[in-house]
Amino acid sequence: MLRLPAHLQAQIVAHCLAGLPDEACGLLAARPGEDLVERCYPTANAAASAKLYTVDPRDHLRADRDAEGAGLEIVGVFHSHTHTDAYPSPTDVAQAPDPSWHYVIVSLRQALPALRSYRIVDGTVAEEPVEPVPRPGPR
Amino acid sequence: MPEVRLPTVLRPHADGRSSLVVPGATIGEVLQQLVAGHPGMAGQVLTDDGTLHRFVNVYLNDDDVRYLDGLDTKVADGDTVSILPAVAGG
Repeated sequence: MLRLPAHLQAQIVAHCLAGLPDEACGLLAARPGEDLVERCYPTANAAASAKLYTVDPRDHLRADRDAEGAGLEIVGVFHSHTHTDAYPSPTDVAQAPDPSWHYVIVSLRQALPALRSYRIVDGTVAEEPVEPVPRPGPR
Repeated sequence: MPEVRLPTVLRPHADGRSSLVVPGATIGEVLQQLVAGHPGMAGQVLTDDGTLHRFVNVYLNDDDVRYLDGLDTKVADGDTVSILPAVAGG
């Protein structure tokens, strides 16, 4: 399971929409060993393509350092599919960098964006539930 | 000697540590020493030909070494060498 607060889901979808017509991408951070995403880092798509994404390496380094400074670590990546469903493509599976990560995909194929999350281990894809935990704040 | 910061995917090959101090005067030397001391990383950082693997990004302090002198980039005491996975897909 991936616990992804609603305001971060909104931030992710907004970054994906802003990236059109290209794919957009970014990184997710949580406390080590936890499945609650506490920060997301929209990054530039260095591939600048409607069919491919590459997290900009400098943005990645900045995100990694910011996360570490907050006691977090990068635990996953999100990216958009502009014309296909929210399911990992063969390229996504082949290039998945870390079996411990969560892989969030936002499909912009339909009028309303669809967000799903997957684990990718040794080339095997498994969808996981995404729980939109409430944003902490004043009651 | 420079400090090498490891991505989560390589830490199991370094007893779970997130950083190591590794000798070397260039990025290439540091990475060769890193792999020599932690053979589980072989093939994940450098290719069989000794070039930088395309699935990782290596930084000297704030800069991607591909935009410096690559594996020939000089490294000094107190520098930080960071290794992160190259994150890409389609």
